[in-house]
Amino acid sequence: MGVTKEQVESSLKAKLNPSHIEIIDTSGGCGASFAIEIVSEQFEGKRLLERHRMVNAALEEEMKEIHALSIKKAVTPEQWNQQQQQSNKSDAASA
Amino acid sequence: VIRCSSALTPQLKSTLDKVITSNKVVLFMKGTKEFPQCGFSNTVVQILKSLNAPFETINILENELLRQGLKEYSNWPTFPQLYIDGEFFGGCDITIEAYQSGELQEVLEKAMCS
Repeated sequence: MGVTKEQVESSLKAKLNPSHIEIIDTSGGCGASFAIEIVSEQFEGKRLLERHRMVNAALEEEMKEIHALSIKKAVTPEQWNQQQQQSNKSDAASA
Repeated sequence: VIRCSSALTPQLKSTLDKVITSNKVVLFMKGTKEFPQCGFSNTVVQILKSLNAPFETINILENELLRQGLKEYSNWPTFPQLYIDGEFFGGCDITIEAYQSGELQEVLEKAMCS
């Protein structure tokens, strides 16, 4: 019994109420392995370590089955908007 | 939550307290710094080497009790786990991000000079 991407997504949605979430299955067939980008107001005022702990805690059950979890981004909506604007700018510059 | 058993015995806890306070930088990892046995662990080893930080590594694959107990001790479910100056710093993703932002170098410098 493995963990699916959908299970990971629904647990994170239920517990962290994200405004944006992206889960990438990185297992390549060797077992449950995911990369996560998550944007949530609940990260406000929290250090990165604390944010990652919140994600880990939200996935406490799934972690028993997950082989590898990579939290690529755990940002607030404000940080997310800034990052989006910056990447748009650099896209425009390189175009 | 009722926990019926804990891998983190008082003995293991006091051993871990000693290990992380008697070394400035300790990496609990899969394999050793000479032979990392997982890409995530290897990434952190390479980062610490590139910053010329002296560090100890402990192979959690050799001791299942240590592996389980550490997860409770750090309140962190995965490996590698990096400790700097007696404090849990983070896993692979946090270490990468702190390396890129320059924060890791600052924390290491502070630890070495303390």
